[in-house]
Order: sequence, then C-alpha cells, then structure tokens
Amino acid sequence: MDISFVIEKFILVAIIFGISLLIAMYSTYAERKVAAFLQDRLGPDRAGPFGILQPLADGVKMFMKEEIVPANSSKWLFMVGPGLAMLTACIGTAVIPWGSAMTIGGKVIPLQVTDINVGILYIFGVVSLGVYGVMIGGWASNNKYSLLSAIRAASQNISYEIAMGLSIIALLLVTGTMSLKEITEQQHGWHWNVLYQPLGFLIFMVCSFAETNRAPFDLPECETELIGGYHTEYSSMKLGFYLFAEYINMFVSSAVMATLYFGGYNYPGMDFMAQLLGPTWAPLFGTAVFFAKIFAFIFFFMWVRWTIPRFRYDQLMHLGWKVLIPLAIANIIITGIVIAFLEKF
Amino acid sequence: MEPLTSKKKVLEQKPLTLAERMYLPAIAKGMSITISHFFKKEATIRYPEVEREFSTNFRGMHSLKRDEDGRERCTACGLCALSCPAEAITMIAAERKPEEKALYREEKYASVYEINMLRCIFCGLCEEACPKEAIYLDGPIVPADYLRKDFIYGKDKLVEAPLEKK
Repeated sequence: MDISFVIEKFILVAIIFGISLLIAMYSTYAERKVAAFLQDRLGPDRAGPFGILQPLADGVKMFMKEEIVPANSSKWLFMVGPGLAMLTACIGTAVIPWGSAMTIGGKVIPLQVTDINVGILYIFGVVSLGVYGVMIGGWASNNKYSLLSAIRAASQNISYEIAMGLSIIALLLVTGTMSLKEITEQQHGWHWNVLYQPLGFLIFMVCSFAETNRAPFDLPECETELIGGYHTEYSSMKLGFYLFAEYINMFVSSAVMATLYFGGYNYPGMDFMAQLLGPTWAPLFGTAVFFAKIFAFIFFFMWVRWTIPRFRYDQLMHLGWKVLIPLAIANIIITGIVIAFLEKF
Repeated sequence: MEPLTSKKKVLEQKPLTLAERMYLPAIAKGMSITISHFFKKEATIRYPEVEREFSTNFRGMHSLKRDEDGRERCTACGLCALSCPAEAITMIAAERKPEEKALYREEKYASVYEINMLRCIFCGLCEEACPKEAIYLDGPIVPADYLRKDFIYGKDKLVEAPLEKK
C-alpha cells in the first residue's frame, strides 16, 4: 500500500462525499420544484435566478434556529440520533461503482472507493443500520408521537427488508456474484438486469420506497397522525440532519437501483463511445450516464410522492408480508427453474 | 327515527377486484395524470412584479378627486362620513380664503380628511353618497403596514396628484 493509493482513495472519497451532499442539498430544491410543477405552481423562485440559492437559504435558516433539547430526553442519545442517521446514509456510497476504470497519464484509477466481494450485503447492512438513527431519535425524544413513529419505522423497515433481500436473491441467481462492480460489468451495453428481472426490480423498488421512508410509505413521519414523527422534538440543524439524511438515502437507493437493475454506467453504444472519447473521457461519460439514471430515479421518487396517498398501517403490513414476500419467493423459484432449464438444454 | 325524505341511496361496498388489489393500474393512472400537469402552464402570478388585473367594479383605495382645473372637489359636506357603515371617515371643514380659489372648488373645503383603512370595509357607500363626485374607490389594494396609526390615511395620501401645468 503506497502513499499515492491512499491519496487517490482519499480524493475519491472526498469527491463522492461532496457530490452526495450537493445532490441531497439540491434534492430538497428539486422536490419543491417538482411538487410545484405537478400542482401547476411555480415553486421557490425568490432566492437567486429560478430560486437556485434556496437550499443555501434553507441551510442558513436551519443553522440560525434556536436549538431545543427536551428537558426529560436522554441528552446523549438525542444528539447521537441525527448523526447516526446522517452517517449511515453517507457510508452506503462507498461500494457503488461510479464508473469504469479511468486512465489518466498511464495510471488506471477505478471510480469506486472499494470493490468488496459482498457489496450487496454491505449495502443491506448499511440500509438496515439506517433505521437506528430514526429509532434512537424517536426513543430519546421522550415523546409518545416520536416513539410511535420509531416503532413504525422499525417494523416497516424489518418487514420490507425481507422482501428486498428475497428480490435480490433472484438477481444473484442471474448474476452469480455479489460484487457490485462485477454485476455492473455484466450489464455491458444494453444487457440490463431489469430485462431479466422485471418483477424483482418492481419488488426491489417498492421496498426501496419503504426503506427510505418515502411516500407512499412515509408512515414514520405522517403529519396527520404523528405531528412530525420521529423528529417532532428536533429543531435547528439536528432536524436538518434528519431531513438531509432522507435525501441522501434517496440518492443512495437510486444509485443502487441504477447499478443493480439499470446497468450502472453502461449504456447502448458504449463501445463506440469508448473508441471515440479515449480511455480518460469515456469512463467520465459513463459516469454522467450513471448520474442521469440516478436523477431519473430521484425524479421518480418525487413524482410518486406527489401522486400517491399514504398507505394505512395495516395496508402497509399486508402489502409487505402477504404480497411482496410471496411474490419475491415465486420470483426466486421461477428464476431458478428457468436458469436450470437453460443450463440443461 | 323515520327517514325525512323518500330518497334513499344504498352504498355498495364490493370486494376489490384483482386489478384493484394490485394497486398498479390505479397508480399508473394517477401518475399519468400528475405528469400531464407537470407540463401545464402554472396558474401562479409572480405578485410584486406582475399584478393581476382588477375587475372593472373593483373597489380599492380611496382617492379624493380634483376637477378639470385641478381644484379639490370635496366640499366637506360630511355625507360620506354619515353614510359610512364602518365609521371610518372623519373630516374637519374650513372656509376657503380668497387667495385659495385655485385650490378648492367650493367655498367650503376639508382641511383634514382622514379614512381609517383598518375600519373601512370598502363597501363604496361614500362614493355613492358624494354629491360632488369627489371620492372614488378606484385605487389599488391598501398596502400592509406595521403600526395602526399608519393606516389612518390623511389628505397627503388620498388626494389625487395635482394636474400637470400646460
């Protein structure tokens, strides 16, 4: 391990961290704009041209607000909650392959922080940890609404993780590897996994909505029942962290969906582009395509949020346990039979 | 209790069909509706920069009119104050001096004319009561302010700008 390797990885980590924060920041702006356009409104347009400075203004507002810690809360856990939510949201980006290896001056730089051979399991672990931020925050607030919300978040995430894991098993049957890098490489050109696993993708996507606590599964923060949910007692930048973590989660799950099912940085005609642009710029173009896919998914998240009403809690559980899990199991069986059949003949 | 009307509608609650239980067709339908609105023209008017046009019979801020020679029409008869259901108008009358002939149309004029915009209900009865066609509610919306006293509009805000000298 030489020093240049450390520097290279450090720079890559810094860039990815910066980009995910930037995207989360502008997701808040995009969310408000998309909501506005879907409702025939304009959305924020006062801060800067078209309101593009709105996230900065919101950030300043968050920092300037008075910070209130409830008297009977567990102070330490109350502080840990938002930090943990933010941390778990950010570390998911480590294993995502942002682009194929890039060549700068004869040096090959992989555009991925680390290519561990259990990449999917790592993502799963991180996503499961994400609920701890919500749970700890809800518990430490010493507020019944926050606690109810934390319980909801926990049970919802556990329920949907099962279906999510099962939908991934079917994908693993097809790809035969858990490394995200290899899964992406296999989807060269237009051989995207969504073409082989449409049902698996659908299940995975629905579960991602539930895992990120986004509408129509935003029961942990439904205003009409639980005031603000787990962040009812939070104010100032602690609240900001929770809201921010939600958008980073959305970015990470969009990236995971794009990697697993929509070919990551692969696109039709990429071999031609690789010859045209050379080994330095072609991977960057691939990264741009990857980000376009991510943005499309983020838009989809928002589009769904401003269209579909929230599920009732029993409907949520019904959908998770009685619909998605059997469907995912059926998907595994069908995929297994088809693969065995193809190998035989 | 016996029914009050003979009309009766039995609400049917059929069990959901498979397509309805799958949610997906309904979701696709809803999403297509919202995305069609994404490309529609927004109804918002950017208010301080662009103002919506008032209807022709809109009643806004009052203005005290001048006649064709630029003299104030108001003769401080007090009919507007009398007709005002909100008691928003007060005035003090004064006698015109000979050298003020170019300023006031009649021999009597209002030296103080105040409308409390917080009391005013913009009914337009003062406009109807005025025998001299001196007051009209033809202005814009009364702007917001911080202090109550600033909503009592005197002649400085109400009287029309003097005519341009030809």
